[in-house]
Amino acid sequence: MSAELAGLRLANPVINGSGTFDAIAAQSAFGEGLLEAFPFAAYVSKTITLRAREGNPPPRLWEAPAGLVNSIGLPNKGLEGYLREDLPELAAICARARAAGAASAGVPLITNVMGSSSGELEQLVRACEERPEVAAVELNVSCPNVETGLDIGADPEQLQAVVGAVRGCTRKPLIVKLTPNTADVARCALAAEAAGADAVSLINTLRASALSPSRRLGSGEPWLGGGSGGLSGPTIRSVALAQVAAVAEAVAIPVVGMGGVQSAAHARDLLDAGATVVAVGTESFRDPSTGWRVAREITASSGA
Amino acid sequence: MSDTPFQRRRLRVSGCEELGAYRVLRVEGPCGPAPAPGQFAMIAAVERWGGGSDERPYLPRAFSVARCRDGEWHFLLEDVGPGTRRLSELREGDGLWALGPLGRGFQPPPPGCRAILVGGGVGIAPLAILQDTLAAPASVLLGFRDRARAHGASLLTDARVASDDGSVGHHGPVTELLAAELDREPEAIVYACGPAAMLEAVRALCLAADIPAQLALEAGMACGFGACYGCVVPKLGGGYLRVCLDGPVIEAKQLGALCAPVEGRAG
Repeated sequence: MSAELAGLRLANPVINGSGTFDAIAAQSAFGEGLLEAFPFAAYVSKTITLRAREGNPPPRLWEAPAGLVNSIGLPNKGLEGYLREDLPELAAICARARAAGAASAGVPLITNVMGSSSGELEQLVRACEERPEVAAVELNVSCPNVETGLDIGADPEQLQAVVGAVRGCTRKPLIVKLTPNTADVARCALAAEAAGADAVSLINTLRASALSPSRRLGSGEPWLGGGSGGLSGPTIRSVALAQVAAVAEAVAIPVVGMGGVQSAAHARDLLDAGATVVAVGTESFRDPSTGWRVAREITASSGA
Repeated sequence: MSDTPFQRRRLRVSGCEELGAYRVLRVEGPCGPAPAPGQFAMIAAVERWGGGSDERPYLPRAFSVARCRDGEWHFLLEDVGPGTRRLSELREGDGLWALGPLGRGFQPPPPGCRAILVGGGVGIAPLAILQDTLAAPASVLLGFRDRARAHGASLLTDARVASDDGSVGHHGPVTELLAAELDREPEAIVYACGPAAMLEAVRALCLAADIPAQLALEAGMACGFGACYGCVVPKLGGGYLRVCLDGPVIEAKQLGALCAPVEGRAG
């Protein structure tokens, strides 16, 4: 069961959620085994920012009921470091990766970028436009605007302005990763579409927090070093289904659906709710080959 | 290049015996390549992983391989949270998901250098498999909270024991035994695993005495293979290292101060 996402031809409809699978680390942990049964039909990088980030102080994780709260803080080498070191390495992995159902090796590489202003995002996207290894760009808009303090992706007007500005910087497919932490996700999706997005992806993590078990009674001391975090895993699956359905109903562009996918049945739910492609995220932490298994099962069940 | 299988595998529990306050979980099946001392696996019960206290566990748990023998992998368990409780309940014939072996293990001692193994509590596990592979006899110093936990010392041979409550062996932290040992054996290399406070004391002692030390670290970890970026510890000079990928065994001189809570929430 092949799929097409904003002009990218995929061997199957399963990709990864940004920041949930480090292909460079996975190759060092598993070697060639990773490439022979590559779990995704396209690979989405973790979020790249203009300047390098070390990420948040630990602790960064909190196990929730059937889920995970994380506060990682987007550690990355910055645009320059990514272009010089990680991008060539990721491109080499993607070129040799064989996805489920693929006749030959090679999966498209999607670079995810985040900026706190239009100007930053334009710079990031222009850099991606110049690199042939990048097949498409995904915008992480779950970031406060430095000028307004509002999450760029939470406000339709602001989102439309930012996506419109970035649109002019690339002819590559542009995917907007929507935030679920907004009053009306369908309006945000429409704003992204109106500004020229080729696809939208959702849901990102739900804002969440946890208090320190060893805190002084009466204090609200957080457990996570970053203060608060984002919730993912099976516990958000039904939220994802509702938001994907609402967005797919509203827009004509393709939708990448994700949130708590553990099996082909969960992926099928999102596809039936209107998603064109699904992404596996947190479940890859429990079993790195989840994407491969889901892709094979969904291909078998669709009879293609 | 690693030949660790790229998927979690279903193994069969061949036993889960009490060892004082601990249990030794033994599993057999397609365990994969033999682990190097200090490597770990991400493990979870196949049945009923979830639905415990606070509707956990959800994620697999990281465990050093304590021993690899006769086609079996051994893990040392202490019941401290919903994940370790469920693992402690496993019995012969039950299923266990395992991903691994993962991470960087211990490097062997340079010739002519005596190995000193320092363990605390359930952290003695990787020192057992390390002792199995050492060519020359090592000094083994193990610290426990009390007598029930000190039974764990039988995993290693010729161990000198310290206990927090004085019920067995030296009354005090195991690092007091280490300090005395370092005075006697300046041509030594230290291998340590245990709680963050113990490792920090080992790190400071060895740094001050200019003695190389390899620390096997523990950290709250979601994946075990570098994907989640959750298990970081501070690097000397700033930034972080991923315990799963850069470790779990990291040279003391690469690390900044190991302040709690490095170990994360009770598993």
